[in-house]
This record gives sequence, structure tokens and C-alpha cells, in this order.
Amino acid sequence: MSLFVDIAALEDIPPQGARVIKTREGCVALFRTADDRVFALDDRCPHKGGPLSEGIVHGASVTCPLHNWVFDMTTGMAQGADDGAVRTWPVRVEAGRILITTDLIARSRAA
Amino acid sequence: MKKKLVVIGAGMASGRLLEHLFETDPDAYHVTLFNGEPRGNYNRLMLSPVLSGEKTYDEIVTHDEAWYQAHGVDCRFGQPVVRIDRENRVVHSNHGSAEYDALVIATGSAPFIIPVPGKDLPGVVTYRDLEDTNAMIEAGVAGKDAVVIGGGLLGLEAAAGMAARGARVTVIHLMGHLMERQLDSAAGYLLQKDLERRGIKVHCAGATKAILGHDRAEAVLLEDGTVYPADLVCMAVGIRPETRIATDARLEVERGVVVDDALRTSDPHIFALGECVEHQGQLFGLVAPLYDQAKVLARTLLDEKAAFRPVQTATKLKVTGCDLFSAGDFAEGEGREDIVFRDPGRGIYKRLVLQDDRIIGVVMYGETGDGNWFYGLLKDGTDVAEMRDTLIFGPAFQGGTKLDPMAAVAALPPEAEICGCNGVCKGTIVQAVQNGATTLDAVRGCTKASGSCGTCTGLVEQVMKLTLGDDFAAPAPAGMCKCTDHSHEDVRRLIKSMGLKSIPAVMQELGWKSVGGCHSCRPALNYYLLAEYPLDYRDDRQSRFVNERNHANIQKDGTYSVVPRMWGGVTTPAELRAIADAADKYNVPMVKVTGGQRIDLLGVCKEDLPHMWSDLNDAGLVSGHAYSKGLRTVKTCVGSEFCRFGTQDSTGLGIRLEKLLWGSWTPHKVKLGVSGCPRNCAEATCKDVGIVCVDSGYNISVAGAAGMEVKETEHLASVPTEDEAVQITAAFVQLYREHAKYLDRAYKWVAKVGLDWVKAQVVDDLDNRRALVERFELSQSVYRKDPWAEHSTPSETPKWSPLADLTLEAAE
Ligand code: SRM
Ligand SMILES: Cc1cc2nc3c(=O)[nH]c(=O)nc-3n(C[C@H](O)[C@H](O)[C@H](O)COP(=O)(O)OP(=O)(O)OC[C@H]3O[C@@H](n4cnc5c(N)ncnc54)[C@H](O)[C@@H]3O)c2cc1C
Ligand code: SF4
Ligand code: FES
Repeated sequence: MSLFVDIAALEDIPPQGARVIKTREGCVALFRTADDRVFALDDRCPHKGGPLSEGIVHGASVTCPLHNWVFDMTTGMAQGADDGAVRTWPVRVEAGRILITTDLIARSRAA
Repeated sequence: MKKKLVVIGAGMASGRLLEHLFETDPDAYHVTLFNGEPRGNYNRLMLSPVLSGEKTYDEIVTHDEAWYQAHGVDCRFGQPVVRIDRENRVVHSNHGSAEYDALVIATGSAPFIIPVPGKDLPGVVTYRDLEDTNAMIEAGVAGKDAVVIGGGLLGLEAAAGMAARGARVTVIHLMGHLMERQLDSAAGYLLQKDLERRGIKVHCAGATKAILGHDRAEAVLLEDGTVYPADLVCMAVGIRPETRIATDARLEVERGVVVDDALRTSDPHIFALGECVEHQGQLFGLVAPLYDQAKVLARTLLDEKAAFRPVQTATKLKVTGCDLFSAGDFAEGEGREDIVFRDPGRGIYKRLVLQDDRIIGVVMYGETGDGNWFYGLLKDGTDVAEMRDTLIFGPAFQGGTKLDPMAAVAALPPEAEICGCNGVCKGTIVQAVQNGATTLDAVRGCTKASGSCGTCTGLVEQVMKLTLGDDFAAPAPAGMCKCTDHSHEDVRRLIKSMGLKSIPAVMQELGWKSVGGCHSCRPALNYYLLAEYPLDYRDDRQSRFVNERNHANIQKDGTYSVVPRMWGGVTTPAELRAIADAADKYNVPMVKVTGGQRIDLLGVCKEDLPHMWSDLNDAGLVSGHAYSKGLRTVKTCVGSEFCRFGTQDSTGLGIRLEKLLWGSWTPHKVKLGVSGCPRNCAEATCKDVGIVCVDSGYNISVAGAAGMEVKETEHLASVPTEDEAVQITAAFVQLYREHAKYLDRAYKWVAKVGLDWVKAQVVDDLDNRRALVERFELSQSVYRKDPWAEHSTPSETPKWSPLADLTLEAAE
């Protein structure tokens, strides 16, 4: 089971937008949807490494800014004809705060 | 020797007649064709999309010069026939005459003008031909008041078209509900509500008393005392057959020119067809029966036996978002029963009128997919007793399956009519597809299906898909993207006419199929909204592509490029020093001179952007918008300031234009060039707007390109003063902003609307030019500002860095 740690306020991310956190696992993008759900995905497109955090967020999907691959943020899977997946990370919203899995910290500590 | 056929009127009916005639026997007749309008046959039904701006005149021409030439037709366009000399078999026009062995009268009909005071004032128009349509377009109705008298098919198409161009439209209708000849009151009510939702005011049971105004129409006065302001009045109260020359020639004329089943008039050498005729006491106002007449008359003229039998016709309205279908008789009466289905929430209403277990009338509103099926049952007089319980749910339901559009089409029998205008049934389309017509154009070409009013295009495609299965290369979907079936043009019009002011409002009201749209529709919607409501709408940064959201071009490695503006390509040592300093301070890996006369700093990290911008701002440099669908560069040459050939100050004019236009958002990027003489060192003639200075002033040309396509600009205007050149440029850019589809460069858009129309708007019509410039200025009062300054404030700057850096935490 994951442990969670408070990382930021929900307000720190614009609705339908994203912010990046730097981790030892690489950059992770925290996305916020129009209905205030938050997803955490690696900020690297499996196609050619595009920064997903700069993509347009629509519904629970994000479109990569470089060549328009679309990812379902709930699974990290590329949609449509494109084949590929982004790693997703456990994340929660509680009382207006965003909590991410301690894996992102713990692993780096272990490193 | 060929016989001589003279045709009076080059309209929908005679056009079809000539096609049949030449197809069957090209050598039978030598044809002379007179037309009152100064042009040949075009698709009159499509005037409404021309009026609303969705189509251009060129797109609706059905017979061009080459066609007439290929068939040896002697064209006398713009020459109305004034007299028929039956004794000598000669017709006379205002220009000349022609002898005939056979004569066809196809003069159509003329709009009825209600005899009220003021009917002759300038500003009062009818709706029949291209002149009328252009009169409405040229009246420049945007922001003005228009009144349409008549709430029938034509009146409502005129109203919707003018509303799409931004007019405040009121429809005055004499009867208690709209389109009373085609709709019952329930459907009329739904239609009225839909029109009102898009800002069209409807006044039913209103009798026009007078059109008021001194030098031109100013208002419409009703019998009940109501006054509606009106800069333009369109009378669309009905038509009467154009029979004047037939009457003068003493042919038998009742309400129309009387013809027999072979379409012969009371003179054996004279025939008639179209809206000008009366057949067994009946007149005609839709094209479907006229096309049947054309078939029959072609055979009559070739001495074959044929007889015209009118069939029931169905009506559709070509107004986007108002789906209605009506056929047959729906008056209440003894022995008649109704089956009615209503879904008020979704605005759906369907009614079938039955007599003796047969459908005799169909009225549908809101969902009309099954219309053709009902219509087929009606025409065939099918006994519906067996299916009566579920009849109203349509053909798909008869098998017990769920309603889906493909199933509905699959359930149609081969004889079911798909294209009402041309009487093309499903079987004919299937046959055509099996014989190799696998594109919509090919099917249109060989069956004519969907070639007239176009409302059945979707059905035709569905039949093709059923026939071809997966081989059907679906034409580019008409919708903006997979989130909606509405086209860009429709969405733009609906945003305006329904007063939609936010992206969620557009998605809700226009029935978006996805949650939150996608990367393709959101930027377009954001642009349409900010262009329409510069003061009310707040730019949605999250609906912008990364470059515009971050005010810098993203590079393949996720870094950015920074391009400061160099007004007109002119810089100073101090600016160059500031750029050099920034390049040093932020370790810029590449400094490059661009093709747009300025300097690009490539490879900057996101978090450095606001700091670098702030430094550049301090030296007076602002964003060059090298990333935006907006004004990019104004390329100039040295001009009269230094060059020995320069005729005007091209550098100064370029700078002035760049300072006027910068910051504005446009459908696609906009680039200008200003050259000081025709040697054209600024390459002005391949830009969106290019100005070439000459001794006598400024030659302005537009719609050039030098990217994926290379295209020379086309001449827009030549003006003596710099001020006027600036005004015309601003007006052109604003017209482009208001009308073009998102991501159409100016040259693509001009090709769609026609340079002549653009000229009329920004060159000839001074009031309109001024109004365009004013609207541009209004928008610029919000957008002419430096985004770099806005994003490099102490409160914004931190947002450009990561939210947290856990790599540091790990090191603790
Ligand atoms: C920097 C520059 C090349 C250079 O090093 O000189 C450039 C760079 C890019 N051009 Fe360009 N174009 C540059 C001048 C041009 C020109 C020449 C001109 O403006 O005089 C053209 C042809 C003229 C024209 O537009 O008709 C040009 C036609 C294009 C096109 C094709 C547009 C078209 O409608 O056909 C694209 C693609 C697009 O916009 O969709 C494009 C797109 C791009 C993009 C933005 C590609 C992208 O989306 O990332 C490039 C960004 C590179 C970057 O990160 O900075 N660029 N591009 C030039 C910047 C000019 C400036 O100062 O702003
Ligand atoms: C805006 C609009 C939308 C419409 N939409 C639909 C629709 O969706 N569906 C539908 O079925 N119908 C529609 N109609 C009706 C349809 O256009 C007519 O039924 C059809 O055009 C009639 O064809 P016609 O050949 O009889 O006459 P027309 O097409 O009117 O052609 C008659 C021609 O004769 C010329 N002429 C007249 N007198 C003379 C003369 N003395 N000498 C020489 N030439 C002369 C006229 O200039 C005209 O060009 C619409 C009509 C309009 C105006
Ligand atoms: S031509 Fe333009 S878009 Fe293509 S690689 Fe060069 S800069 Fe990029
Ligand atoms: S890098 Fe993301 S789509 Fe190409």
C-alpha cells in the first residue's frame, strides 16, 4: 500500500492545466482536470519525449504538445492508433491539498 | 439540319431540361438560351448558404461557360425576352431576336410584393436571385436591424442568413405560426423557439401596414401599431408565376401558363416548364416536380411520348440546427387520426396523420432521420395497420432493434427516396456505387443525388457506407473535429447568433459529444470567442497550444525559442547589446537571424523565460509573437529614406503597421511586407498583405503565401495616401478575423469568399471599412500589449518553475 505526502495546494495547478515536480524518477506532471481530479504521469511522452505537462488537457485526457498523441490519464495508455503508455503515479486530493505517493520520494531516498 | 430550339429563362428547370436533351440526342437541336439575369444557370437553392457566407457564388454555378460552349448553346444572358411573335416564330429580346422551331418558356416566378406604402424605398429587397442576395450581403447588415416580412421557407432562410452575418433580425409573419403551409402549430412553435434562441425575433399574426423612412427604409409599421427599426427590409411573402410574355402572346394563362401532360402550351410549337406553369390547376414551388417536368419535356421535344404526373413533395428547411421535415396533408379532418410523439426536453416532435390505415401527412421537428421512410410509406400508400403501435419510432424499431442512423438507412427498401429534389432512390445510389462511383462527388455526378439543396448529403453518405462497408473512404467529416458534427462555419455563426460567450456554453448548447473538447476544437473555440466578444470574453490560456500558452516556440527537446520584436526589421546597437547580454546570461546555445528580419534565441529553458523576458523588456524589447496565430512580422526594405529608387517611406510604413497590428489574434498567422518600389526587396507580394510603394502612392495586395504553397498576392486597392493604406490593411485584417475558419491562412479564406467580396467590404464601402477598423481597435484595446511583461511579474514568475523539487529533498 502506498503512503501519501502533501505536496501542494490544488489551486497551485490551473484547471485543465499541469505543473511539474522534479523527482529522482524524472519529472512528473501533475494534471488537474476541469472537474478537479488530479493525475500524476511521467512528464515524458513515449513517442519522442515531449513534455506532456505542456499539452492540452481535455476530459481525463492530455494531448502531447509535440505530435498530438493523446493519453488517457487514468491509465496512461495512448489512445487511438498510437501505441504506447506513460507511467502513472498514485495521487489523491484531500481538503484542497494534493498528496502524492511517497514512492516518488522513498525510492529516491533509497537510491 | 438541326432544328432551332429557343429557351426563355436559364433557371433550375430549363437547365435540367437541356442536360436531358443533350444527353439523349446532342444533335437534335441548336439551342438559343435567353436569360433575364446576366449569367447562366446556378443552383438557386444554394443562395441561402451564399447569403450566410458558407458558400461562394462560384461554388454554386451548375453550368459554366465551358459547358454552354461544349454544347453549342448560343447564350443571350442579361437579355430578357420582351415579345414572342407566334406568327413568324421569332422571339425578341431587348437586344435582338431569334427564330424557333420549338420554344420553351421557363421564366420561373417573381417575388410577390405587398402593396404597402414605402415598398419602393431603397433598402427594401426581395429574395429570388443573386442580385437580391448580394444586395443583402452588401447592405453590410452586421450590427444593423433587418426585418424579414414572411415566415415561410424563403423568409426564414433569409433571416438566418442575415443573422449569421451579424444582423439583428425580426421576422414578421401574417399567420399564427411559422411555415403554416408545411408545419402544424406545435412544430411551428418549436421552430420559432429555435430561431429565437439564436437571436432572431419572431412576430406572428403581424400584418404589415407600411414601410417607414424618408430616403430609405428605416422601420416597419404593423397594423397593431408595433414599429420595428429596419435598415433593411426583405419581402419574402410568396411568389407568383412569371407569365407576362406568355399573356402578351395570348397563350392560355390562368395563374400560370397552362400546359398539358406533355408540357405543351395552347400553341403546339410552344412548351413551358418550371414555376411559371400551371398543370391541372396546380402550381409548383419546389424543384423536385420541376425536374420531373424536365425529363418529360426532353422526351416531348424528341418526339417521344411522355406524360408528367406530379407527386407529393417533401419540404426541408436549410437552416442549420432547425431540422424539420414535412410532407402531405396534415390538416385535421373527419376520419383522420394522429400519432404524436413528443420529447419536450430535447425539442423533438413527430406527428403522423393517418386515414384508412395509410399515412397521408408527416410533420417532424428536431429529429428527422426517419422522414424519408415515412415519406416512402406515404407515397406508396402502404397499409400501416400492422406496425401502427410502433410506427412513430421509425423503421429501425420495426425489427425491434435500437435506433441508430445506419440501421434506419439499412432498413430502407431500394425504392425509398433519398434525394427529394432529384427523386433519387436508395437503389439508384447503391447501383451507382456498385458500378464504381465510390466518392460523394462521383455519386452526385451520375445520380444527381444531393446535388441540389444538399440536405440529404448525410443520407447519401450513409447509403454509400452501407454499400461499400469498410471500403468507404468517409469524406473529411463535416464537423470541426470528432467532438461535434457542426462545421467551423456553423459554430462561428451559432456563437454569434445564440450569444454563446464561453467554451462550456458552446459545448453545452451545441451538444458537444466529448467532455471538455479536444486539442483541435478548444483552440478554435477560444479564438472564435475572443474575436466575437473582445471585451466580455476572457482568453482561456488552457485552451491554447503550448506555444501560445507559454509565449515561446517549444523545441524538440522541450526548451523554447525567444524572438523579440524588431519593428519593421529595424534595430539599434542598444537592442543588439541587450540581446547579446541575454544570450550570454542564459547560455543560449544558438542565436540565429530569422527569415523574418529579426533575431531568434533558441534553446532556452522554461524557467528562465520570465527572467530573460524581463531583461529584454528593460531594454525596450517586447515579444515578437513568433509563436502566435497573430501578427508575426512586417518585413520592410530601406525605401525612400536611403535607397536611390525608393518612392515612399516603406520602412516607416512597415513600422507603423506593425505597431498597429501587433498583439492581435487572428485565425492563422499574419505576415506583411512593405517594399519601397516595384523592385520589391521586402518580398511583399508573397505575404498575407503586401504593400508596394509607387510614385503615385501605395499598391495594396493580399492573399499571398510562401510556405507549403507559394502564391502571389492579388491586387486589392491602390491608394494615394499612407493613412488610407493603413486603414485598408486594418480593415482587411479585421474582416479576416471575423470570417475566416480557424487555421485558414488569408489566401485560403479569400479563395472561399472571393476577392470581389473582400474588395466590396474594405475598399468600396467606406462606412463598412470604418466600422471594421473601429472593431479592430476595440479588440486591440484589450490585446495590444506585451505578454512577456504580463508573465514576468513577481507573482507570475514562480509559476514557470517546477512546483516542487524532490531531488533536493532526497539529498537531505
Ligand atoms: C524561425 C523561422 C525560421 C528561421 O530560422 O528563419 C521559422 C521557424 C518556424 N516556422 Fe516558419 N519560420 C520562419 C519564417 C517563415 C517564413 C518566411 C517569412 O516569414 O518571411 C515562412 C514562409 C512564409 C509564409 O508564412 O507564407 C514560414 C513558413 C512556415 C510554415 C508554413 C505556413 C503555411 O501557411 O504554409 C509553418 C507551419 C505552420 O505555421 O503551420 C511554419 C512553422 C514554423 C515553426 C513555428 C514550426 C513549429 O511549429 O515549431 C518554426 C519554429 C522554430 C522555432 O522554434 O523558433 N513556418 N516560416 C522564421 C521566423 C520568422 C520570424 O522572425 O518570425
Ligand atoms: C433562396 C431560395 C431557396 C430555395 N430553396 C429551395 C429548396 O431548398 N428546395 C426546393 O425544392 N426549392 C427551393 N427554392 C425554389 C426553387 O429555386 C425554384 O423552385 C426553382 O428555381 C424554379 O425553377 P425555374 O426554372 O422554374 O425558375 P428559375 O430558377 O427562377 O429560373 C427562371 C429564370 O428565367 C429568367 N427569366 C424570367 N423572365 C425572363 C424573360 N422574360 N426573358 C429571359 N429570361 C427570363 C429569370 O431571370 C431566371 O433566371 C428556393 C428558391 C430560392 C429563391
Ligand atoms: S522549415 Fe521551418 S518548420 Fe521546417 S524545420 Fe525549418 S524552421 Fe522548422
Ligand atoms: S513526443 Fe509526444 S507525440 Fe511526439
